[in-house]
Amino acid sequence: MREASLGSRLRGDKAFKAGMLALSLVATLPLAFILGFIMVRGASSINWRFLTALPAPVGEAGGGIANALVGTVLLILIGSLISIPLGVIAGIFLAERGRTRLGSVTRLAVETLMGIPSIVLGIVAYIWVVRPLKGFSAFSGGIALAMIMLPVITLTTEETLLLIPVSLREAALALGVSYPRTILRVVLPAGLSGILTGVLLAVARGVGESAPLLFTAFGNPFLSVSILKPVASLPLTIFNYATSPYPEWHALAWGASFVLLVFVLALNLVTKLVSSKWKVQF
Amino acid sequence: MEGAVLAIENLSAGFDGKDVVKNVSLSIPANQVTAVMGPSGCGKTTFLRCINRMHELADNAHVTGTVLLDEEDVYRMNPILVRRRIGMVFQRPNPFPTMSIYDNAIAGYSLNGTRMGKPERDRIVEETLRRVTLWEEVKDNLYRRGTFLSGGQQQRLCIARALAMKPEILLLDEPTSALDPKATAAIEELIAQLKGTVTIVQVTHNIPQAARISDFTAFIHLGELVEFGQTGRLFTVPKDKRTEEYLSGKFG
Repeated sequence: MREASLGSRLRGDKAFKAGMLALSLVATLPLAFILGFIMVRGASSINWRFLTALPAPVGEAGGGIANALVGTVLLILIGSLISIPLGVIAGIFLAERGRTRLGSVTRLAVETLMGIPSIVLGIVAYIWVVRPLKGFSAFSGGIALAMIMLPVITLTTEETLLLIPVSLREAALALGVSYPRTILRVVLPAGLSGILTGVLLAVARGVGESAPLLFTAFGNPFLSVSILKPVASLPLTIFNYATSPYPEWHALAWGASFVLLVFVLALNLVTKLVSSKWKVQF
Repeated sequence: MEGAVLAIENLSAGFDGKDVVKNVSLSIPANQVTAVMGPSGCGKTTFLRCINRMHELADNAHVTGTVLLDEEDVYRMNPILVRRRIGMVFQRPNPFPTMSIYDNAIAGYSLNGTRMGKPERDRIVEETLRRVTLWEEVKDNLYRRGTFLSGGQQQRLCIARALAMKPEILLLDEPTSALDPKATAAIEELIAQLKGTVTIVQVTHNIPQAARISDFTAFIHLGELVEFGQTGRLFTVPKDKRTEEYLSGKFG
């Protein structure tokens, strides 16, 4: 056997590093293209009027996405109010009692829910909420989004809590602190940054969903803050405008895409910040 | 035994139906330091955790026998009340990472929902931190996180946290095994100071440490109590052959 010379090993090392760099650049290219494209096409539509005005009728210039912004906030609020408490509690249960039969059934259910296409969850929300209430509503859209957000929150909460050392809960229990108080006052605060990360990820996922809202929130060209009336949302607006035959509506779709993109990017940055700044050292 | 606060009778405990501690009977004298020593895996930590009912928190754990605290069976008491009367300090320092030094010292009260005024809390924090000789080192940084302290300081903070609850008994589970020699010396000095005001039961696999700090020593081997007696006597004239072999380094 002949050993490779030092020179050829160093060359191999360099080639490998260059290969890795090239491949990771390729992996980031699609994102860079999407970002660039939407910026170029969308940024020109953005102005104060665009953000604060309602859509204009066909043929008229101007018009904005105020209804979609308000609708999206409303939908995410409803979705969060339902999915955060349920998701965090289910996550605590999985972390604490995950090895029991009920625990493994719960985990299986949550993981399955994670894999269900969002449009199916929309149909479920349609059957559960829209039909009994006899009408499209922000509430039904919020339920659909909650079903999408729930598994993300549950699984990140479980993962976070499992990483918290046993010694921490023993410290509390050995002081004569009851089990519920140990979980709520010691374990949960120690995992707060992880749980918050999960919540933000879930919001980032929910905010971009359009399919389940098609037959729940439905869309609304007017400003509405009633949870029992149809509301607009950014993805729905994009869908409706982009599939329309009018070029001025296409411009609005690009603008709305740009707003949505900036929002999701900002949310991701905040998530990163939260998880690094609030990280608890053990 | 005269002045025993803790009487352990026929205590057996273990996991998955297998005993790790086998039929141990022992009386712990009040306000003295009792060392529990033995080779790794002999069941001394499990023995210690049976006293404040921490053992039963593990999966598939079992305990039989009685542990009498002031002639009251702790296994007939509410475990929460038992743990308030019998404090515990663990192998690795485990201050609450989300809390300041101040909040750690008072944690036993705040986590239990005990309400008290700020002067009262200040008094307890200063008193207990002085008791563990940590006050002078941390008094200007009371509101920094407890995890910023060195390992030895963290361990003294954990002792303070346990002492703040005014326990009758303090269980120490190899409290110096994760510390450097200097921090170890500080903890040993602290144990010597605390003696007389609180009953201390310390598990250790460090034979010289048991000799230095304790008044009484229990030697446990393979889950059985081999020998128990005054430290000076046990180390100089062990009654059991196994004790003699362990002390002379033939096993363990």
